Amino acid sequence: MTRPLTIVLPLKHVPDAKQERVLAGQPPVLARGPGILSELDEYAVEAALQLVEAHGGADAGHRVLALTMGPAEAAGALKRALQMGAGEGVHVLDDALAGSDAWVTARVLAAAVERIAATGGSPVDLVLTGMASTDGETSLVPGQLAERLGLAQIGFAASLALDEEGRAVTATRDAGSEVLQLVAELPALVSVTDRTNTPRYPSFKAIMAAKKKPVQTWSVADLGLDAAAVGFTGSLTEVLEAVPGPPRPAGQVVVDEGEGGIRLAEFLVAQKLV
Amino acid sequence: MTTTPETPVALVVLDGTQPLRGSDRELLVLAGGLGETHVVVPAAPGGALLRELAAHAVAAVHAPEGGADERLTVPAVALAEAAARAVRPRVVLLGSTPEAKEVAARLGVRLEAGVITDVVALDADLVATKSVLAGGWRTRCRARTSTLVATVRPNSVDVPARRDPGAELPEVRALPVEDTAPAARVVGRAQRPPSGRPSLEEARVVVAGGRGTGGDFGPLEELADALGGAIGASRAAVDAGWVGPEAQVGQTGRTVSPQLYVSCGISGAVQQRAGMQTAKVIVAVNKDEQAPVFEIADLGIVGDLRKVLPQAVERLRQLRS
Repeated sequence: MTRPLTIVLPLKHVPDAKQERVLAGQPPVLARGPGILSELDEYAVEAALQLVEAHGGADAGHRVLALTMGPAEAAGALKRALQMGAGEGVHVLDDALAGSDAWVTARVLAAAVERIAATGGSPVDLVLTGMASTDGETSLVPGQLAERLGLAQIGFAASLALDEEGRAVTATRDAGSEVLQLVAELPALVSVTDRTNTPRYPSFKAIMAAKKKPVQTWSVADLGLDAAAVGFTGSLTEVLEAVPGPPRPAGQVVVDEGEGGIRLAEFLVAQKLV
Repeated sequence: MTTTPETPVALVVLDGTQPLRGSDRELLVLAGGLGETHVVVPAAPGGALLRELAAHAVAAVHAPEGGADERLTVPAVALAEAAARAVRPRVVLLGSTPEAKEVAARLGVRLEAGVITDVVALDADLVATKSVLAGGWRTRCRARTSTLVATVRPNSVDVPARRDPGAELPEVRALPVEDTAPAARVVGRAQRPPSGRPSLEEARVVVAGGRGTGGDFGPLEELADALGGAIGASRAAVDAGWVGPEAQVGQTGRTVSPQLYVSCGISGAVQQRAGMQTAKVIVAVNKDEQAPVFEIADLGIVGDLRKVLPQAVERLRQLRS
């Protein structure tokens, strides 16, 4: 019998990777237009929901909170998570956050997780993340969060389960020529990959139910942080310049009329690739 | 850490794989141009490794005093931190494996150092070049802190073929490392059978297949064998069960940057390009002349891969003999 768990899902709202994405401005930033919940975060939401469903479901008193740091539109990421089945949302919203690098992001999210624990009356047992955002792609935030929060960390988990008593997570991870079997006692942080599960599409009923789920909005000051500690100012890294490309010059296209393979081989030899 | 010593130091964090991989050598060559090279390894180095490192002018190797630690990530972080505090490097270099990125992330917090990932070039002023947004853009960025932690992509640095054998073996320094930070434990390991091919991330040649293979990767494997390459696959091919998930290219977090990418039966839609866009040369084979992959290929062959690839393999045999 598992005791009620508190699971926090740090999520990111990003420009859709299937559309064209542009870096602009000085310092260069990713142009933000309509965005979506980062695709890789959906696997984390699904993992949280599956864990809860395997251990008594909603009636067992588990809390699954979606957390995001971002501009107003980032509420869309929370909305998607709530529609999938997360129970509540927290939005850290503050103009001072613009231009935050991974260091700042992890610092802010860590402060938010601590506030969730302090105000929620119970400690956070598990932080579940995707393995990278689909825009920054640094994969830095999960590790920095684990370090700041003192959480046992399992990154890139291929599979994930809770032990019988709900005191530890067991996971597997692909590590080159080996598959590792891992155990981490709660509280822990786990990042999952896009092979860990198949995220559900919200049902119509779930979409309707999501409208009533509570979302809190917190500022940087609410987290006890200074404006100078966040945003461009508080970041430890900076982007100096962004250029498209390098553009690939158009190559040749040849229709195979019986010699296509020969052309291929000769091209490779001419390019000194063999 | 706010000050760095007079002689600039570049610290390379290795994960203990032996013999050294191509990507490890790239880190050592890169480090050599940035400062006195120090290396940190997870276990006391044997003679063979010391000789390999001597050939790269490594000044000192830092290893933990104690025995092996079955905890995940934290021991490697604590070790790298201890080495960094001892030598105060201007830059700490790591590879781009998931494990290395986790170490880099946590090290950045412990050292209060800016971390830049997926670096493809690093100049003398520690300005890093990154390829971002699935290869569509390049950025130049830097850390504002006195130490930069950087993870470097494979196939970014030229490793000279001949290196000095080196007069002296590097000094070995034992580091006392004690770290009780909460960590996951490894409770079991299952070996995967080796494929006999280079790993995708390291491979200089990748031959990748998609829906157009119809499930038969035989012609691709022959070509990969002829070229000494790795086998890659699109998401569709992996989902169909034709190849294992370790072959998937274009999955965020698994980047490939080969010299040559041969794309077979892959349409080349935007989300598939992440895997191929940073390859130096792209060759595409596809039955559909409208396939978007032809827009980014250096050579495109419109045809049946079941005919084109075996013919190419045969021609390569002739040309080499």
